[in-house]
Amino acid sequence: MKKIIAAAVVAAASFGLVTGASAGTLDNVKAKGQLVCGANPGTAGFGVPDEKGNWTGLDVEYCRAIAAAIFNDPTKVKFVPLSSKDRFTALASGEVDVLVRNSTWTMSRETTLGVIWAGINFYDGQGFMVNKKLGVKSASELDGASICVQQGTTTELNLADYFRSTGKKYQVVTFGTSEEALKAYDTGRCDAYTTDRSGLAADRLSMAKPDDNVILPEVISKEPLGPLVRQGDDQWLNLVKWVHFALLIAEEDGITQANVDEKVKSDDPEIKRILGTDGKFGESLGLSNAWVVQIVKAVGNYGEMFERNVGPKTPLQLARASNALWNKGGLQYAPPIR
Amino acid sequence: MTDAISPSGAFVRSTVIGEQRPPHRVSGPVLWIRENLFSSLLNSVLTLVFVASVLWVLPGLIRFMFITPVWVAESSKDCSADLLKHPVGACWGFVNAHLGYLFYGQYPAVERWRVDIFYALEALGLIWILAPKAPFKPAGLVFFFLIFPIAGFILLSGMTSIGLATVQTHYWGGFLVTIVISTVGIVASLPIGVLLALGRRSKMPISRLVCVIMIEFVRGVPLITVLFMANVMFPLFVPEGWRPDSLLRVLVGVGFFSAAYMAEAVRGGLQAIPRGQYEAAQALGLGYWQMMIKIILPQALKIVIPNIVNNFIGLFKDTTLVAIVGIFDFLRTIQASLSDPNWRSAEMPLAAYLFAAFIYFIFCYGMARYSLSMERRLQTGNRH
Repeated sequence: MKKIIAAAVVAAASFGLVTGASAGTLDNVKAKGQLVCGANPGTAGFGVPDEKGNWTGLDVEYCRAIAAAIFNDPTKVKFVPLSSKDRFTALASGEVDVLVRNSTWTMSRETTLGVIWAGINFYDGQGFMVNKKLGVKSASELDGASICVQQGTTTELNLADYFRSTGKKYQVVTFGTSEEALKAYDTGRCDAYTTDRSGLAADRLSMAKPDDNVILPEVISKEPLGPLVRQGDDQWLNLVKWVHFALLIAEEDGITQANVDEKVKSDDPEIKRILGTDGKFGESLGLSNAWVVQIVKAVGNYGEMFERNVGPKTPLQLARASNALWNKGGLQYAPPIR
Repeated sequence: MTDAISPSGAFVRSTVIGEQRPPHRVSGPVLWIRENLFSSLLNSVLTLVFVASVLWVLPGLIRFMFITPVWVAESSKDCSADLLKHPVGACWGFVNAHLGYLFYGQYPAVERWRVDIFYALEALGLIWILAPKAPFKPAGLVFFFLIFPIAGFILLSGMTSIGLATVQTHYWGGFLVTIVISTVGIVASLPIGVLLALGRRSKMPISRLVCVIMIEFVRGVPLITVLFMANVMFPLFVPEGWRPDSLLRVLVGVGFFSAAYMAEAVRGGLQAIPRGQYEAAQALGLGYWQMMIKIILPQALKIVIPNIVNNFIGLFKDTTLVAIVGIFDFLRTIQASLSDPNWRSAEMPLAAYLFAAFIYFIFCYGMARYSLSMERRLQTGNRH
């Protein structure tokens, strides 16, 4: 089955190369009047429907930001929810224009699937959840612990790598699905449960007593998640990349959804360049020069998006950590607009 | 009234005793219980085990569903036993809050009356053609198979020239999608299936070959493969820019899939019709289509009603598979709502899945009951 999927993806990718290069995705999107965004079928904080059925989440807002940059209307997005199996096929075949769906950037994906990442909108990594009763404060104290994990995943491999490299003993208890592993942890079968930290935050909520569980501070693997596009269309790649950078730059320069109208009148040369009152940076992307204004008005800056969807005030309660800006101790760094 | 003792000393009764009730051990509820529930040691044990397990499960289930549930909730906090300081049952508040999303998907709230009319039209059409006593049957058929599909399509997707705003299919979701897919599958599968079955039994080699290939090819792959091909691989084979709607592609896939299965069910019925029926029809001078429509098909379809309805029920439940290609059917909307962090908790899925089971059960059981009553009604004259 896996081989068939891989073959399909490769076939799709080679087609994608041809179609991607022959027709400009931006022109296609403009002609269609909407952006088709490969989205999450339901991951807390990144892409979930609320009670009214409106899609919310960090990844969803990235799609809205791209739509706002192109059309000055964040609602001109068609969300195509994709499973992790068919997401790359869908992108390579042209079914979606951009894929923003918790996809980890890895070398093999970029070299074999005909796709290319435009940036990293969330630095994720594997972590541990333990019961407070254990009194464990750090993963280094997990020597000899039994750990629940889903079978056949990179999570399981990372776990083995981590304990081998630290020379500690552990007992792995594997389960077919993440739900089973989680349930086993919740009923006391294991001392700890491990998966990506953004997933842990959501999983904690489905525990019988969420507040009795803590997520340990250590991150034992790199899971850079971000938007990706088809290879072969550099104009479109640039656009998605710079929408991401614009969101970061807006946060860096304190441009928010609330004050963007004020900032447009600013005399600061950098802000003038960003907001399009000076220079033709938007036009060089094939957009209007007010593209950043359109984005920030629609979804705010990166920090606002983070706070709204996954930040400490949301049920997920994720700290900025690696996702803070570079000048605040994080990894989010954007080249300048100039 | 006196009884006499005959001269020989034997007792002779001179009057008739009125009708007596049989002894209670051979009639009435005691007998029924003895015969049906405790007829042997094994059956007695099974009865006791079954009664015990019902008594063990039922009170808890009833308490969970009807006595201690939370009917109205804003988020999972309102259903949390820890915060409320008392045990809580099903969180019906979750279903309540999501009702709009579950039944209309992302269909714009101001346009949802159109979906309501669509549901009403469908119910009207179904009752019209299904209820035995409804008048104007031919008109009902025209309505359901011609007017309703067109009107339903215009209603749901909109037509700007008559003032209905366009609603693209990616806004459709939840129960609406489940109903649309199963209706299209059911409505399309019967006529196409009958044609395929006739083609497969035809003496014309080309049409037979085409039908056999079609049926066997579709039956040889799982529905998931058909859906995956339709939605993910299909765009690779068509020119850039020519890209039919993804829901439409799924509808075509589901239609063909159910038609292939229907064809085999109908073929079973055709084979059960004795040769004499064909010969008699031909002897009367009927042509092929007359023979089929007037003599053979009415008998054949009657025989395979259970199979046909079985296919329909299977199709109704198979609609959940469209979630794999990113179309949000009823079950998928429930799962997606469950991953909302505001509603996430350990107990939330219980209420949500109970509700889903309830909805699916109503529809499948309804279809099964209708087919039973249909069989009974059409059975006249088929008893040899």
